[in-house]
Amino acid sequence: MNTPTPTAAVDHLDLLESHAIFILREVAAECERPVLLFSGGKDSAVLLHLAAKAFAPQRIPFPIMHVDTGHNFREVLEYRDQMAEHYQAQLLIAKVQDSIDQGRVPDPGPLGMRNRLQTVTLLDAINAHTFDAAFGGARRDEDKARAKERVLSFRDSFGQWDPRHQRPELWQLYQGKVNPGEHLRAFPLSDWTELDVWQYIQRENVPLPAIYFAHKRPVIKRNGMWLAAGEFVHPVPGEVIERHLVRYRTVGDASCTGAVLSSASTIADIITEISTTNVSERGATRADDKFSETAMEDRKREGYF
Amino acid sequence: MTTETPVELLRFATVGSVDDGKSTLIGRLLVDTRQLFDDQLDAVAEASAKRGVGDLDLSFVTDGLRAEREQGITIDVAYRYASTPTRKFVIADCPGHVQYTRNMATGASTADLALVVLDANQGLKEQTRRHLCIAALLGVRNIIVAANKMDMADWDRAPYDAVVKQIDELGERLGFESSLVIPVSALMGDNVVERSNEESWYEGPTVLEALEQATAGSWSSSNSGARLPIQWVLRQNGGGRTYAGMVNGASLHVGDAVTLLPQNLETTVRAIKGVRGDGSEAAPGLSVDVDLASDTDAGRGDMLATAPLPTVTREIEATVCWFGETPLSTGTRLRLKHTSRTTPARVSDLHGVVDIATLDVAPGEQLAMNEIGLVTIQTAEPLVVDDYRDNRVTGSFVLIDERTNATVAAGMVGHVDFL
Repeated sequence: MNTPTPTAAVDHLDLLESHAIFILREVAAECERPVLLFSGGKDSAVLLHLAAKAFAPQRIPFPIMHVDTGHNFREVLEYRDQMAEHYQAQLLIAKVQDSIDQGRVPDPGPLGMRNRLQTVTLLDAINAHTFDAAFGGARRDEDKARAKERVLSFRDSFGQWDPRHQRPELWQLYQGKVNPGEHLRAFPLSDWTELDVWQYIQRENVPLPAIYFAHKRPVIKRNGMWLAAGEFVHPVPGEVIERHLVRYRTVGDASCTGAVLSSASTIADIITEISTTNVSERGATRADDKFSETAMEDRKREGYF
Repeated sequence: MTTETPVELLRFATVGSVDDGKSTLIGRLLVDTRQLFDDQLDAVAEASAKRGVGDLDLSFVTDGLRAEREQGITIDVAYRYASTPTRKFVIADCPGHVQYTRNMATGASTADLALVVLDANQGLKEQTRRHLCIAALLGVRNIIVAANKMDMADWDRAPYDAVVKQIDELGERLGFESSLVIPVSALMGDNVVERSNEESWYEGPTVLEALEQATAGSWSSSNSGARLPIQWVLRQNGGGRTYAGMVNGASLHVGDAVTLLPQNLETTVRAIKGVRGDGSEAAPGLSVDVDLASDTDAGRGDMLATAPLPTVTREIEATVCWFGETPLSTGTRLRLKHTSRTTPARVSDLHGVVDIATLDVAPGEQLAMNEIGLVTIQTAEPLVVDDYRDNRVTGSFVLIDERTNATVAAGMVGHVDFL
């Protein structure tokens, strides 16, 4: 018998973690076929880590799914496969290219942005697998439309979110019943901020893809953002390829996710960096949020993450 | 980062009538404490210019939906996060419109404190009374009142004094422990974060100072024993099972004598595994899994409890706030979710409907949307409950429409003294 250690004072990370684990267990218990959406980004990395903790020593009792735009960072794909193997999780891959080949979405061309197209691929996969709940790593501090969303967010049989008619969600009574064809999005990290996520990654040693840390990369400046030059982004007349020390604050489609100039090479460096930044995470790195005032709300209504 | 002393977390909800300035006040609070990134502030300025509402419409900081900006109202709760050197805040900016009372209740149900915003020139409106009544029912004990639009009153003291009197009267009836009234102009930023230069008669704290001084963590305070509603049974390697859930009520300790309910089996806590590993104690709000000394056949929906024990019952007296579009009438079959148990249920008796203006309870046949009533509920399976005033987790439930799965009511076991 080992003597239990005295319990340390409960801090806000403990409470956020416990709340997230509570949501994971509640949805897993109430829904028939949940799935965890895994992009390989830091938020889904934390979500996967929490799912493993919530059900240990059993395996995670639902599959994980990557919606693959085909515009990937090599490091992220390697990381995705490593994590699936590490947690012995069933990995499903839903490919936007398949949706294009099947004529479900228009082909934007080899270099076109594919972020919005993911919605169709995601909804088709949810239908095909008859998932009734999809866990996502979205946080309310990311965007003003997300700030409005429930922890369990109802989607009708068209996959749509109706922000005017959300279910009341009182206390921590998360009720996840849906009729066939409908589903829920479940956001265990709703109340986490970007800083909370990084502090938690530091505390728990959550592994991350290498692109989150400073590295030299050929980049092109386009609309104020540094895009990785290479397979998916080519310079147009007037643009030049430069080499800079950069890192990524978010992981998304490689054709529209920007890098930030940074020398932060450790998690402690990153925490210092984001504690003092003047620019939001999506503002710094996502071209697709700059289309209109309510770009995220419009995508979410259609069924986006 | 990790060497700093832990800062306390305060969860608060804005309440009050539509157009009295809740979202503007939160926008002001966030802007003046520099919680917004440059690109977010630029986006608010751009949206304001596009809609011709001045340089910076502060309500756009939280009113993020297209329809909200078009109509200039808040439809649903926006959650925002802020921190100062001494506090972390989770802010639920709630809608004021009567039609969206269910969303206000959603935001207030997890709040330690209510930040009441009212137009000092118009005094306490019926909708503000409704919100305060709901906040009090939900167990909010402390309020901070921003008597807003003082600039429109040229900072005359009379309207402020009138608000103080109204709030004192209502606050005493509703049983608030503290109710501080602060004269502010959310639009101009007076007494929100920066002290006002417009008046010399108010010497109390600003809104931010009051929020920093308020009691944190009151949401999870409780008069009950430790409770662990079982969410999930974990099969351990090499045999044996542990029981996973979130602790509420009071801390659970290794060696505690616990009763498994509704089976009424007595046993002992042998080990507690928390998210940080094995420990001797688990505080309320922590997710744990628990190993019991004796072999039991416990499952999801059952509860482990220490003395004083909760009640096991198939019939509960409760206060409900009805959100359904079709009125509640007695006898209708519904589903009831309480902790981790969901069971068929029906409202067998409607004892009375609350008149928001007078707080009197009158007989009624039906409960319309946004009305509050006192009811008896019968359930198919036994529930393990505490009075809501003793424990907000084991004393609360929701009612669900069986056909649409919509959440149609929030319920609290027992009733408050003022009803």
